[in-house]
Amino acid sequence: MRKLEADRSAGSIAIEGLVKRFGRVHAVDGVSLDIRAGEFLALLGPSGSGKTTILMAIAGFEYPDEGRVLLGGEDITWLPPNRRNLGMVFQRYTLFPHMSVLENIAFPLKMRGVGRAEREERARGALRTVRLEQMGERSPAQLSGGQQQRVAIARAIVYRPRVLLMDEPLSALDKNLREEMQIEIKHLQREIGITVVFVTHDQTEALTMADRIAVLDQGRLQQLGAPRELYEAPQTEFVAGFIGETNFWAGAAAAAAAPGEALGVQLDGGVVMPALAASPVPAGGRVRLALRPERLRIVAGGGEGVPARVTEAIYAGNATTLMLETAGGQTLRLRIPAGTGLPEAAAGEAVTLSWQAADARAFAVRS
Amino acid sequence: MAAPRSTPNRAGRMVVNAAAYAVTVFLLLPTLIIIPMSVGPERFLRFPPAGFSLRWYAEYFRDPDWLAATLFSLEVALLTALCATAIGTMLALALVRGRLPGRGLVELLVVGPVIVPHVALAVAMFLVFERLRLTGTLLGFTMAHTVLALPFVVFTVLAALYRFDAQLERAALSCGAGRFATFRHVTLPLIAPGVVSAALFAFIISFDEPVVSFFISALDRKSLPRKMFEDIDYNISPTLAAVATMLTALTVLALLLGFVLKRAAERRAAARSG
Amino acid sequence: MSRRPPRFLLGGRRFSPAASLALAAPFLLLLLVVFILPLVMLLHESLFVPAPSLGNYAHALEEPVYLRVMLRTLRIAFLVTLLALLLAWPLAWVMSRSRGVGLALLGAAVLLPLWTSVLVRTYAWMVLLQRNGIINQILGQLGLVGQPVRLLYTEGAVVLAMAHVLLPFMVLPLYSALKGIPEDYPRAAQMLGASPWATFREVIWPLCLPGVTSGCLMVFLLALGFFVTPALIGGPQQMMIATLVSQQVRELLDWPFAGALVGILLAFVLVLVLLFRRAVRLDRFVGQA
Repeated sequence: MRKLEADRSAGSIAIEGLVKRFGRVHAVDGVSLDIRAGEFLALLGPSGSGKTTILMAIAGFEYPDEGRVLLGGEDITWLPPNRRNLGMVFQRYTLFPHMSVLENIAFPLKMRGVGRAEREERARGALRTVRLEQMGERSPAQLSGGQQQRVAIARAIVYRPRVLLMDEPLSALDKNLREEMQIEIKHLQREIGITVVFVTHDQTEALTMADRIAVLDQGRLQQLGAPRELYEAPQTEFVAGFIGETNFWAGAAAAAAAPGEALGVQLDGGVVMPALAASPVPAGGRVRLALRPERLRIVAGGGEGVPARVTEAIYAGNATTLMLETAGGQTLRLRIPAGTGLPEAAAGEAVTLSWQAADARAFAVRS
Repeated sequence: MAAPRSTPNRAGRMVVNAAAYAVTVFLLLPTLIIIPMSVGPERFLRFPPAGFSLRWYAEYFRDPDWLAATLFSLEVALLTALCATAIGTMLALALVRGRLPGRGLVELLVVGPVIVPHVALAVAMFLVFERLRLTGTLLGFTMAHTVLALPFVVFTVLAALYRFDAQLERAALSCGAGRFATFRHVTLPLIAPGVVSAALFAFIISFDEPVVSFFISALDRKSLPRKMFEDIDYNISPTLAAVATMLTALTVLALLLGFVLKRAAERRAAARSG
Repeated sequence: MSRRPPRFLLGGRRFSPAASLALAAPFLLLLLVVFILPLVMLLHESLFVPAPSLGNYAHALEEPVYLRVMLRTLRIAFLVTLLALLLAWPLAWVMSRSRGVGLALLGAAVLLPLWTSVLVRTYAWMVLLQRNGIINQILGQLGLVGQPVRLLYTEGAVVLAMAHVLLPFMVLPLYSALKGIPEDYPRAAQMLGASPWATFREVIWPLCLPGVTSGCLMVFLLALGFFVTPALIGGPQQMMIATLVSQQVRELLDWPFAGALVGILLAFVLVLVLLFRRAVRLDRFVGQA
C-alpha cells in the first residue's frame, strides 16, 4: 500500500516559477503549475503562448533561465533528457526511418540495456497495446499517419515511464482520424494510469481529452481548471475569448461587485442588463461582458430585454445561428440548438434578447 | 484546318535542343574517342584504329613505373578519403550543430582551397614541403590532397545533415539514448550515404589531382597524374590511352556508386516525410 | 545537481563553443599548416627576399615579357568564360526543362567530364589536335588541306580545350538558376503578347542572371590559375601565368619572383571573390552527383 502510494506520487510534476527568455522575448514568464500523478493535463494556448517551451523544459530539451522542474519531488531541472525516464511523442511521429516498427519500439529498451529476448517480448506487448501486432516487421514508411503515431506512442510507453509528454501529436492527422485518436489516447491513458502532459492549440481537443487544462497566453498561465470550469467560469477575458465562441459587449458597472456577485451593467448603446462579476468591479467602472451565443435567448412576445434586428439566419443542421444587430450598432451571434423548440427568427425580423445573470460574465477593463 | 508544321515557337525550340545535344557530344566525344584508340595495334595513334589489340594495356601492367605510380596514388587516395571524411564530418557537425566561435572565418577557410588557384597552393606547398622533406612522401601527399578534398567533403556532409531531421535526435534522447548512442544509432546511419559519397569524392579528387602532385612529387616517388603528365609531355604513347580509359572507367564506376547512394538517401528522406 | 548544462548534446541543444571548437580543431590545424602557412611563407619570400621591397612585384609588372603573359592570361580567361557561357546556356536550358531518363542522360553528360581527370581530357584534346592527330587526318582525307595544319600550341586550341574542361562549372549553376524558373512564367509572358525572343530577353534572362554570374565567376577564376591544360596544349608559345610560375620555381629556382606572381594572381582572385561574394556557391557542384 505504501509502495503504491510512492509510485503514484512519482508521476507528479511541479513547475515552480519557470522563466525562459529567447533574446528579449519572454517565452515563459513565471509559470507555476502542479500536475498530479495519473492526471491528463493539457497545455492549451495560441502559438507563442509558451506551451511548447514548458513541455520542452519538462522533457529537458530547454533549460529555464529561472525556476525549477520537479518530478515526483525530485529536482530534474538540469538533468539531460535521456536520464529523465520520461516518454515523449512528437508532432511528426519521428520514427527512425532506418529501423523496423519493432526495432523502433525496442530502441529505448536497448538503450536501457534490456536483453534481446525480453526486448522483443516487451516491444510486441506494447505493439499489442496500440493494436498493431501485425505490423512489427514493416518499416515506418509503410504505415499510415495514424498507425505511425500509434507506434510512436508504443515506443514512448514501452519502458513504462512515469510521465508521457505529447507535443501536438495529432496535428498532422486529418479530422476524422484525429477524433478517433483522441478517444484512443484517452482510453490508453486510463488503462495504464500514466501522467500525460499534452500540448495543443486546439481547444476542442483539450476539452475532449484533458482532466484539467492550463490555458497560456504570452508566456503566462491564464487559468488552470477542469474543462467545464474553463468554459462556464472563465476567469480572464482571454480565456473567455479563447475557449468556445463568445460575444463581447462593453459597458459600465451600475454598482461595485466582488467576483461571483451579480450586478447590473449599463451596456453601451443599450439598456441595463444583469451579469456576474468575474473580477472585482468598482462602481461605474468600465467592463466587458462575455456572452456565449448558445446562452442568449429570444424573448417571445416582446418582454424585457435588448431590442435587436436579425441580419442573417444561418442553418447548420444541429443548430441555427442568428446574426443580430442592436440599435446601438453592437453585433451579436445567437445560437439556437435544433430540436429544443426555442423560438427562432428569420432575417430582417425585429426581436428582443435576454439572458440570465449567470450567463453573462463581466470582466473589469484595466485602464 | 491542318496545324502548321512549324510555328516560330517550335522552330526556336528545335534550334535550342539541337544546340544542347551538340554541346553534349562536344562534352563527351573527346573523352570517348580515347577508348577505341587504346585498343589499336599501332604505335601511332590513328582513328579509326586499324585493328583490335590489348597490347597497350599489357604494356601498362608490365611497366614497373606505371604500376608504382598507380599504387602510390591508390595509397594516397585511400588515406585522403579516410582523413578528409573524418575531419570534414567533424567540421560539418560543428557548423550545423555547434556554436562555433568565428564561424564566418571558418566558412571562408572551407572554400579557401577551391578559390585559391591550385597552382598557387601547389607552389606554396612545394616551398614548405621541400624544407620539411615532405616531397614525394605519403604523408605530404595525403596532407596536401586532404586540404584539396575537404571543401567537397564538408559541403556533401553539410547537405546530408541539413536533410536529416534533427527531431529524430530528440526522439532518441527521449528514449533514453545518450549523446554518443544517439549519434551512433540514429544520426550516423541516416547521414551515412552522404558521408560515403563524400569519401568517394575525396578519393576521386586525390586520385585524379594533377597540379599539386606535379610539384610535390619526387623523382623516385610520383603519383599517377604526375606520371601521366610527364608521358603526355614527352611521348604520347598509346599506353597513355589505355591508362586514360581505365581511369575514366573508374570514374564512371564511382559516379554510379554515388548515384545509387544518393537515391538511397532520398528514399529515406521521402520515407520520413511520407 | 550542477547548474551547468551538459557539454555535448545532440538534438536537444547545440554543442558548446568549446566542444564545437574541439570538433573543428583537426580541420583548423591542418589548414593552418598546409594552407595558410605555405601561402604566407611564399608571399613572405616575395616581399622580403632578397630585401624588404616591392621589387619583385615591380619586376613582374614592368617587364614586357611578363606583362604579355599576364594580359594573355586575362584574355584567354575571358574568352574561355564567354565560350563556355555560349555553349552551356542551351544545354542548361534543355536540362532544366527535362525530367526522367532525358535529364539523367544529360546530367551524366555533364557530371562525367566534371569528375574525369583533367589530364585525361587534356590528353584527348592533344590527340585530336596533334600534327598527325585525328582532326588533321580527317581534314586530309576530306582533301580540305594539302598538308597538316598546326593546331596545337595556338591560342585557339587553348581556349577550346579549356572551355571544354571548365564547361561543367558553367552548366551546373546555370541549370540551378533555370530550374528555378516556373514553366508558367514564359507561358504567361507569351499569353501577354511577348514573342519568344522578347520572352527570353525580358523574363528568362533576368531571372537566370544569378546563375550566369555564378558560373562566369567560377569559370573565370579557375581559368585564371589553370595549369595543366595551358601547359600541355599551349606550350611555351602560349604561356599563361600558372606555367610562368611553374617555370620560375622549377627551372630558375627564383622563389621570390614566383611568390610575387602568385601574389598578383591571388590579388586578382580575391578582388573578384569579394566583388561577387554572393555568387560563390560551392554546394552546386557536390549535391548533384
